[in-house]
Amino acid sequence: MMASSYNAKDEDGHITVSGPGGATLRSKKPENTAFKQQRLPAWQPILTAGTVLPAFFIIGLIFIPIGIGLYVTSNNIKEFEIDYTGVDMSSPCFNCSQNYSWNSTKPCTCTIPFHLDQPYESNVFMYYGLSNFYQNHRRYVKSRDDSQLNGAAGSLTEPSKECEPYAYHESKPIAPCGAIANSMFNDTLELFYNDPNGTKIQIPLNKTGIAWFTDKHVKFRNPGGNNPNLTAVFQGTTKPVNWRRPVYELDTDPENNGFINEDFIVWMRTAALPTFRKLYRIIHRKNSMVPTLPRGNYTLEVVYNYPVRSFEGSKRVILSTISWMGGKNPFLGIAYITVGSVCFFLGVVLLIIHHKYGNRNNNADISN
Amino acid sequence: MLRRRLNRLLGGDERRVDNRTIYIGHRSCPASEVFIPPKFCDNRIVSSKYTVWNFLPKNLFEQFRRIANFYFLIIFLVQVIVDTPTSPVTSGLPLFFVITVTAIKQGYEDWLRHKADNEVNKYPVTVLEDGRRINKESEKIKVGDVVEVKEDETFPCDLILLQSSRDDGTCFVTTASLDGESNHKTHYMVPDTEKDLEALNATIECEQPQPDLYKFTGRMHIYKNNQEPAVSPLGPENLLLKGATLKNTQKICGVAVYTGMETKMALNYQGKSQKRSAVEKSINAFLLVYLCILVSKALVCTTLKYVWQSNPGHDEPWYNEKTQREKDTNLYLKMFTDFLSFMVLFNFIIPVSMYVTVEMQKFLGSFFITWDKDFFDPEIEEGALVNTSDLNEELGQVEYVFTDKTGTLTQNNMEFIECCIDGFQYKYRDVSTELDGFCVTDGPVSKLQEKAGREKEELFLRALCLCHTVQVKEATEQCQGQGDGLIDQVDGLGVDGEVHQLLQEQRGFIASSPDEIALVKGAMRYGFTYLGLESKTMKIMNRHSEIEMYELLHVLNFDPVRRRMSVIVRSRSGDTLLFCKGADSSIFPRVRQEEVERIRMHVERNATEGYRTLCVAFKRLSAEEYAQADEGLREARLAMQDREERLMAVYNQVETGMSLIGATAVEDRLQEEAAETMEALQGAGMKVWVLTGDKMETAKSTCYACRLFQKNTELLELTVRTLEDESKTREQRLHDLLLEYHKKAVQDALPIKAGVTRSWSMSNQDYGFIIDGATLTMVFNSSESNSSSYKSLLLQICQNCTAVLCCRMAPLQKAQIVKMVKNSKGSPITLSIGDGANDVSMILEAHVGIGIKGKEGRQAVRNSDYAIPKLKHLKKLLLAHGHLYYVRIAHLVQYFFYKNLCFILPQFLYQFFCGYSQQPLYDAAYLTMYNICFTSMPILAYSLLEQHICIEVLLDNATLYREIAKNAMLRWGPFLYWTLLGVFHGLLFFFGVRCLFSNPALQDNGQVFGNWSYGTIVFTVLVFTVTLKLALDTRHWTWINHFVIWGSLAFYVFFSFFWGGIIWPFLKQQRLYFVFANMLSSVSAWLVIILLILLSLLPEILLVVLRKPRGPHARQKKLAQSSVGGLQSPRSSARPLLMRTFSDESNTVI
Repeated sequence: MMASSYNAKDEDGHITVSGPGGATLRSKKPENTAFKQQRLPAWQPILTAGTVLPAFFIIGLIFIPIGIGLYVTSNNIKEFEIDYTGVDMSSPCFNCSQNYSWNSTKPCTCTIPFHLDQPYESNVFMYYGLSNFYQNHRRYVKSRDDSQLNGAAGSLTEPSKECEPYAYHESKPIAPCGAIANSMFNDTLELFYNDPNGTKIQIPLNKTGIAWFTDKHVKFRNPGGNNPNLTAVFQGTTKPVNWRRPVYELDTDPENNGFINEDFIVWMRTAALPTFRKLYRIIHRKNSMVPTLPRGNYTLEVVYNYPVRSFEGSKRVILSTISWMGGKNPFLGIAYITVGSVCFFLGVVLLIIHHKYGNRNNNADISN
Repeated sequence: MLRRRLNRLLGGDERRVDNRTIYIGHRSCPASEVFIPPKFCDNRIVSSKYTVWNFLPKNLFEQFRRIANFYFLIIFLVQVIVDTPTSPVTSGLPLFFVITVTAIKQGYEDWLRHKADNEVNKYPVTVLEDGRRINKESEKIKVGDVVEVKEDETFPCDLILLQSSRDDGTCFVTTASLDGESNHKTHYMVPDTEKDLEALNATIECEQPQPDLYKFTGRMHIYKNNQEPAVSPLGPENLLLKGATLKNTQKICGVAVYTGMETKMALNYQGKSQKRSAVEKSINAFLLVYLCILVSKALVCTTLKYVWQSNPGHDEPWYNEKTQREKDTNLYLKMFTDFLSFMVLFNFIIPVSMYVTVEMQKFLGSFFITWDKDFFDPEIEEGALVNTSDLNEELGQVEYVFTDKTGTLTQNNMEFIECCIDGFQYKYRDVSTELDGFCVTDGPVSKLQEKAGREKEELFLRALCLCHTVQVKEATEQCQGQGDGLIDQVDGLGVDGEVHQLLQEQRGFIASSPDEIALVKGAMRYGFTYLGLESKTMKIMNRHSEIEMYELLHVLNFDPVRRRMSVIVRSRSGDTLLFCKGADSSIFPRVRQEEVERIRMHVERNATEGYRTLCVAFKRLSAEEYAQADEGLREARLAMQDREERLMAVYNQVETGMSLIGATAVEDRLQEEAAETMEALQGAGMKVWVLTGDKMETAKSTCYACRLFQKNTELLELTVRTLEDESKTREQRLHDLLLEYHKKAVQDALPIKAGVTRSWSMSNQDYGFIIDGATLTMVFNSSESNSSSYKSLLLQICQNCTAVLCCRMAPLQKAQIVKMVKNSKGSPITLSIGDGANDVSMILEAHVGIGIKGKEGRQAVRNSDYAIPKLKHLKKLLLAHGHLYYVRIAHLVQYFFYKNLCFILPQFLYQFFCGYSQQPLYDAAYLTMYNICFTSMPILAYSLLEQHICIEVLLDNATLYREIAKNAMLRWGPFLYWTLLGVFHGLLFFFGVRCLFSNPALQDNGQVFGNWSYGTIVFTVLVFTVTLKLALDTRHWTWINHFVIWGSLAFYVFFSFFWGGIIWPFLKQQRLYFVFANMLSSVSAWLVIILLILLSLLPEILLVVLRKPRGPHARQKKLAQSSVGGLQSPRSSARPLLMRTFSDESNTVI
């Protein structure tokens, strides 16, 4: 049988050599460590109704009060909004909105009277709001040169390509370059309190403290170090096309002029959504006895420079107080109350299920 | 691959020239007028893919053929060419990383192949050249060289045997590495060659290389002193194949006819094809879905963009003018680049990092297999081996297990347990205490302490010593002297126990069947030692250390139909004796009936004990009888037609009227815990098929022993035996049987419930199916029209059986079977396990190939995907490791898609609010880091460490394996769930923050947040939610999980501070400068982050809670039940039925 070569039908030949066999000794015994044996001590949580139930109740019990607190806080925030776009014929700003021209030297002014029903007790924040303005458009968002704004001398004379087509004007570099800077909001808003005795008192509007501290002090820097003569520093550059004044004439206060002008900084922080508001001025409370903005009639004087009709946008002014949670926004309160209630409700449902199921389970165990 | 194809092609070209002529020793021959040294390929074997020069281009080409890599390359190129929202670095860097790592890995692997090739190619060989022996490297062998090979060396190329050190001009080889048959085969010298190879002047004319191992035709022309050349035919018996090993022959000389890639081995070389796991297929399917999502998102955005832009105030408002270049660009080109930009913006939905993570998970995860000390076998001092880490999860998906029998299920280690002589039981106990070896233990109850007559005893033992085809292994050189010494001593009657013992240990036997060795060794322990066959004379040494000589007259070979074998010998005294051994069923009818009863009892008892029993009978032939038999046999052997049948007839005629002398019981030890393992596999819903080259009876008894066949299993047998039917042709019978079985197993079986696809219920009748190689060939080769229907019938029958036994399989048939199942409906995942070279084909064919580090060489191990030392390790490998790997990777994949969906969805939604301008919601750093740093480590740790059910429970409850069967966690259902979850989270994140930003004055100093704050809040919610979602899913919190989960959250916070805390000089825009810090200073932001995280996880928690109460309780109950059930049911039924004898057919249909 053994000699039967190449006969597949034969025995399934397995060589069976009995006798001494050489063994190669190689000790490769795996280490007996907990990690290698997948026996690391482990916490094995099992989420059951029993363990989760308290969590649900606790969440419910925490969220509902927070939600109520938020809701109340939000409701206590006073907010007044005036649209001054001037779409309607009746609107005081209608004329201005119609006769718009970037080049007109004579500013168009409109006056909007309004009435505050309630006194605004604490600091009042004045926002301007734009709608249908796509500050978050990609082409727009990237159209800036942060190194120029940070005071880099090289970028001042050679703005980044990202700024195109707002990088050069008449072969002079634009400072600050880019679409964002170019389209900076340039309406001037002034607020007057119409005293019942007939006098019109201008309310002092504070133009500092509206930008992020870090933006004002680190991210935005005037070029030329501490050279106070900004005119000289910006020599050789030109103002953005749409601006009426060069950047070094934005304000008289040297701490709020040039790139570190807070209005400019605020504008440069692009908004997340096409309808947005930006902080314009702060009305500080003078003393605790008098409300910041007492009840009564007011006049808003607008120097109407900023065109929004071409893209069907709108402009508005918002007067708002602020709480610890920021501006008025009922969403958080409602959301918290809802989630808290849902959790609580689920907790109750689970409790019932757990109770019933637990019983059934016990019964089953007993019957077993 | 390419090279092989090329070779084939070249081979095809060459084939036009029918023959090749080889000049032995490159000596020109007188007959051939012009001696043109023919050009053949050199003897180099090349399995490596690359060379130093072509590595880079070829490897890059291969890598970019992968669709994912190609996709990322395209994205990268788009980013480079087109003005896109994100910088090319965001996708270029990860891609570069992936490509580099893969290239290094593949380069290393190829380097290993080069090394292996070199080992073969530089192997020193001795070439005879002009009478001198020259040592050469193997690769330098040229066709026509005369090569000398020593014992136990492998042949360096295909050789024609010219000279052998054996006197009879033969040599023995094993072709284990070629076809898996490891028995010794005899090859013959070319007749008429001269002893002196120097003077040999000959040419060989042979066919062009072809892969068939068993075919070779050629002619050798030998020129002698200008005489007419003598021509001798060459056949496969003259050809020594590369890869085969020389055995039992000191040295041979041969002439190289085929070299290198033209050798039959190289032509047969089946490249290890890339196996892809089912998970990878699922990933690709999901990838396609996400690609569709991606493209549709981009399309939607592009369309909407142009719809939106049709309003002039939108397209180019005064504050946001386009550059001149943008204005000049063609509209359609713009649309196209916009589309590409959107693709780039959303491309993170298919993260390159997933591939990295999956690869890492697989690579690192496989270490747990190598590290597992349970896989360590103290005997071979080795643990498990992982050859490919691509298939880890496939181990958890196995539906069909194809196992080899010998060496895998059994130890292939036969042991003589006891014998029964003339009705008395002899049990071998301890040779050292009772030297004469015999002691009577519990014999038949009535005849306790009695012994059979001495004469009968000796007759029986002589029968054992003579009736076999065992060869004595010739001692190798170092122990030759020792052996001779021993034999001298034996001759000199100076034998004492010690030497005897030594002799036993020294003596090696070679046989095709281990049973025979066991019997011969058994006889040796009782004092009768077989000394070998010398020129037709069998020598045995009896108890008195006398040498008895028997002339071997005839061997009546074993065959599976007769199931017995006989020898006819003539003793010194002139008696002609016939010894016959075989299965009881085939012996009992041929012996005198009065003897049967006494022995039948023993046989049956042994059978139930689980031993393989053989009965031994003998017959004294008278001179006339012998003469008649002799003549019959000779005549039949010479017959050209129906030789088999005629031989069989003579055999049957001779083997009659014998007298039964005894029975033997041999135990083929099962592998440790073989039965438990098989039971566990079946319990896990796997179907176990035994594919063996062994005899049906043996295989069947092993199946019973392994509890693959149970007592109540109805066996459906489709073998040569059942096809034997006088009235019908085989084909017809095959047809009938197939239909009958099909009716029985498929049609009559209860319709399987829709939900339970793999029902293996106890209540139903279990069927076992047996088929043999010959029948299988008939099924496959039957006429065209029938073939496919037979195949499907067969497949259906097999699929409805709990266990299938395929016996007498050729290696290729094994692969055929695996292929058949693999390609059947539902494409089930197959696993092959084997230890021998004959299993290589099926190991390569199956989805997962497992090699056992057995005694039969390393072929199987080398070609396997995983190698384990013992069969029993398969259980843990599949049930624990496989299950865990599957769950881990499935979760990993789903999680990855989920986390990128809810990562990108807000970005997509943001397009609706930013004028479809491709403005990214998140900062570039976040976009890049999200998948690389913030969320990759927790899932990687999870996918390496998770044990949703601990290993012990998995091992104890095989049924748990069914929970993940059929890719349960990666089907469309779970995928939809995860996708919806991702969508839900994405919507929640975006619109939650959107509502918050309806008033962007979120700080208590009235200052407002911009778009980057918006993105940062969304991103923070996203990172926390996604990480906590994973934390919720983690069932096994080791310190690593804690570290990584909390660590990456902390890292995110730290990074955000850091990233926003510095004016980075290399950045064009300082978008995130103090954005994160400002965000944290806003109470509202905190509140919304907490709210959204909680709200996102709430449904998850709820789901877990609602699902869980059933989970653990049910599991505990199941545990309790199964442990109770497991203790009673299978074990109780299995033991008495451990094994069947050859005769046992009680359960066979027919």
